[in-house]
Amino acid sequence: MSAPATQAATTPLVTAAEEKIAAATQLQLTWWRFRKHKLAVASGILVVLFYIGAILADFLAVTGPHSTDAARSYIPPQSIHWYDDGAFKPHVYALKGKRDMRTFKIVYAPDPSDKRYLQLFARGYSYSFLGLFETDRHLLGLDRGKPEDALFLLGTDQLGRDVWSRLMLATRTSLTVGLVGVALSLFLGVLLGGISGLYGGVVDTVIQRMIEILRSIPTIPLWMGLAAALPNTWSVTQVYIAITVIISLIGWTELARVVRGRFLALREEDFVTAAELAGASRLRIIFRHMVPSFLSHIIAAVSLALPAMIISETTLSFLGLGLRPPAISWGVLLQDAQNIQALGIAPWLLVVAVPVIIVILAFNFLGDGLRDAADPYG
Amino acid sequence: MVTYILQRLGLALVTIWAISVVSFVIIQLPPGDFVDTYITNLAASGSAVRAEEAQALREQYGLDKPIWVQYWKWISRVATGDFGMSMEWGRPVIEVIGDRLWLTIVISFAAILITWGIALPIGIYSAVRQYSVADYIFTFVGFVGLAVPNFLLALIIMYFGFKLFDLNIGGLFSAEYQIAPWSAGKVWDMMKHLPLPAMILALAGTAQLIRIMRANLLDELRRPYVTTARARGLPEWRVILKYPVRAALNPFASTIGYLLPFVVSGSIVVSLVLSLPTVGPLLLRSLVAQDMFLAGTIVLLLGILTVIGTFLSDLILMWIDPRIRSGMHG
Amino acid sequence: MADPILSVRGLETFFHGDEGIVRAVDGASFDLFPGRTLGIVGESGCGKSVTARSILRIVERPGRVENGSVLLRRADGSTVDLVKLDASSREMREVRGGEIGYVFQEPMSSLSAYHTIGNQLMEAIRLHRTVTKAEARDRAIELLRMVGIPRPEQRVDSYSFELSGGLRQRVMIALSLAAEPRILIADEPTTALDVTTQAQILELIRRIQEERNLAVVLITHDMGVIAEMADAVAVMYLGKVVETGPVDAIFHAPKHPYTQSLLRSIPSVLAQPLSRLATITGSIPHPFARPAGCPFHPRCPSFMPGTCDTGAPGLTRLAPDHEARCFLYDQPRETSA
Repeated sequence: MSAPATQAATTPLVTAAEEKIAAATQLQLTWWRFRKHKLAVASGILVVLFYIGAILADFLAVTGPHSTDAARSYIPPQSIHWYDDGAFKPHVYALKGKRDMRTFKIVYAPDPSDKRYLQLFARGYSYSFLGLFETDRHLLGLDRGKPEDALFLLGTDQLGRDVWSRLMLATRTSLTVGLVGVALSLFLGVLLGGISGLYGGVVDTVIQRMIEILRSIPTIPLWMGLAAALPNTWSVTQVYIAITVIISLIGWTELARVVRGRFLALREEDFVTAAELAGASRLRIIFRHMVPSFLSHIIAAVSLALPAMIISETTLSFLGLGLRPPAISWGVLLQDAQNIQALGIAPWLLVVAVPVIIVILAFNFLGDGLRDAADPYG
Repeated sequence: MVTYILQRLGLALVTIWAISVVSFVIIQLPPGDFVDTYITNLAASGSAVRAEEAQALREQYGLDKPIWVQYWKWISRVATGDFGMSMEWGRPVIEVIGDRLWLTIVISFAAILITWGIALPIGIYSAVRQYSVADYIFTFVGFVGLAVPNFLLALIIMYFGFKLFDLNIGGLFSAEYQIAPWSAGKVWDMMKHLPLPAMILALAGTAQLIRIMRANLLDELRRPYVTTARARGLPEWRVILKYPVRAALNPFASTIGYLLPFVVSGSIVVSLVLSLPTVGPLLLRSLVAQDMFLAGTIVLLLGILTVIGTFLSDLILMWIDPRIRSGMHG
Repeated sequence: MADPILSVRGLETFFHGDEGIVRAVDGASFDLFPGRTLGIVGESGCGKSVTARSILRIVERPGRVENGSVLLRRADGSTVDLVKLDASSREMREVRGGEIGYVFQEPMSSLSAYHTIGNQLMEAIRLHRTVTKAEARDRAIELLRMVGIPRPEQRVDSYSFELSGGLRQRVMIALSLAAEPRILIADEPTTALDVTTQAQILELIRRIQEERNLAVVLITHDMGVIAEMADAVAVMYLGKVVETGPVDAIFHAPKHPYTQSLLRSIPSVLAQPLSRLATITGSIPHPFARPAGCPFHPRCPSFMPGTCDTGAPGLTRLAPDHEARCFLYDQPRETSA
């Protein structure tokens, strides 16, 4: 006999709602529970926004991410002036270079007399929109002059490249590396975890030991070793694929663990036995009966695996062993901010840390909410 | 109990074997063998190597043999403590690594101590005072700790240390002890430099362990033996510390199996940012220079030490769990 | 009859949840006498355990004792109201274990798996008595012998998971008696045990009761156990004591329709063969959907429309020690509880 408070599982009055719950699939139930986690829902929306941003990266960028000019190196972030003569006319000051007579370096300073007005859907460098058509329209631009010369929302790096534009493209790379890596991990995890949980016995023991071994090895030295072996001659795309493969080679273990656990639990369930007795084939049982019932667990595990993937790529690229320039990712950008000298001169290079932290945080909240929703008693 | 030890020992040995294979693969991975690299390096410095000399070198290292023979030769030499020569430094690998390996262990160990030292009381507090303001704050800080990769944290702290306090946070020794031989003064100097890098390294793990401890303890607090202890007239704090905390400690202690590799991994990257004299910067440099014997050895030694650490923690775990001690598994 | 050692009056314990308040104990009253056994009986979820925990003030959050009094007459003759004490005060802690021992339902999970039996016993002894470790150990072994554990000198160093369920429950009893309390609350002490072990444990409780003149509160849903063990009975329904009386009166002349239904639902060897076992119609209402008026009225065979569903009946004294809470014996009143 326990305290009556714990018996408050159902409310007797709402029969219509009960019927709805009884008819709902596992996935629907999870979704309903998930919607109650405000923080998780907000994080989910944030993640979606980030991915939309990643898709529209070129459109959001202002200048070509590779357009360099040594003369524009380390220009601090510009401030936008929102009003001009009392009217809402956002503008920036153009930069005027002056030679410092002591160091003989060119020093840029904003020139208040030269106002450049911001324009929406302005023309800039041309790019292929979603691989569909060529265009040169960007969300932001200037009314006159090339944005390359005057618009640096987040400053420039050592080579004079616009940090904002590079950040947009880096976001695309880093977020998709995570996706591809998780897809690969998921494939390995479901396959091996599924085999492990379904067959049990020796196969299960072998796979479990394999996972244990993989998890007891420090991953970063391993990744570094594997990544360093990629030939220098490989193209950006080849390296990209190789890095995702390397990361997911180790990342699958947690997903396999989740899948195996669910398989083991489900094997004992009556509806699986019922399907077996009804003569359904093994594959049909797995895909028709078992997978749908733990799909929500997998979704939760995936959304927790994604940030780990993103951190892995960022770390490797930061070390110079992951994606290499001319590829642009968060890690590649952070590499520029690696030493205290660079940070002393151009602290704005650290701005890349902001989206990294926000995205990883959002994924974690999202994953946590999803896990709670998938398994309220687990 | 003996079965349990043998099981863990067997798994540890298999893991070490797997690590040795991976390390060997890393050594073998770059295109060409290291004699090629050697020749290229010599050529770059102006001296040429004749074909016979190259052949002799290959035979000396057994590079003309099938891959498994090479592995066997390599692992046999490793077993006797001969890890090969570092191409880049022209010295035995083990000499190049020197103190760095031990410093890596010291930092990792310190990080784990800090992780536990912080996670344990906060985890207990968060569970006992569930949904209190402090619990929410700890949970939030924990999430942030989880979300910030530790190299990024190191960067940020380094930057603000430099900006706000004009501190150069990097390094593990003051200038005067940098190359000095070991002495009490040097150890003390290291102890003074240790807390910050160890704390940076500890943050992510701490965040994770707080969540684990909180969840475990919440689970245990609901169990009847807690009520029984209360009904006996024990003061509340003694009830909690003696019984549910004790029970929650076991899954908590077993996390070291994952914590150790995680912290060792982290130490590599954090060392790079904070320029700590661990194997981290050496590993990166050897990989970039394709100094493969050095790189492979570092991966191998790090892996082996991690496995040994995990094995030892398994033994401790066994020792503190009466159920394993008396031969039951649960 | 002597004065009661424990007197519960109008005890109310509520659980404050997000969805509302659950009145787990809603005005429970009964008396307990030295050397006698009071059985508290009722269906699952009627508030028996919470009542017992309220007496010891170990109700877990979000539960809280709101009202009423629990008067404990101490060894020195003074009386203290446990409800007025701070739940975590030293005085209250001395009552727990020292004055009132508590045996729980689940011997499996009620003992710590990480501490030896001796450790837990010695802790309980030393908490209430100033003795040395060695003395406490001797006493622990003595206690284990008293509750009939074979080879107590060795058992004292074993862990609970090394013992069978019956032995564990004996250890629990030893634990609850470690500081020689004068009251023992046994909360479904035999529910988790098999039938033969049940009988042994009940026999053990009875023997110790006689030896020590213990007052026992026996909480159970099993009318058979009540018939065997209890001197007096309190029947609970939805947090209220609906009938109290001597065991003979309750079994042979039950007054409350709920008690009558409970008794009808006991299988009997004397019953007509092949007859259906009577059940109580309906089920216990949801804690948040508590019926108005008498809480039993939706299931009551003697339901009087307009009376039972509007006001709550009070306790009516039917004999000097027999009371029932029902409109069959009470005049309807305008007020509701």
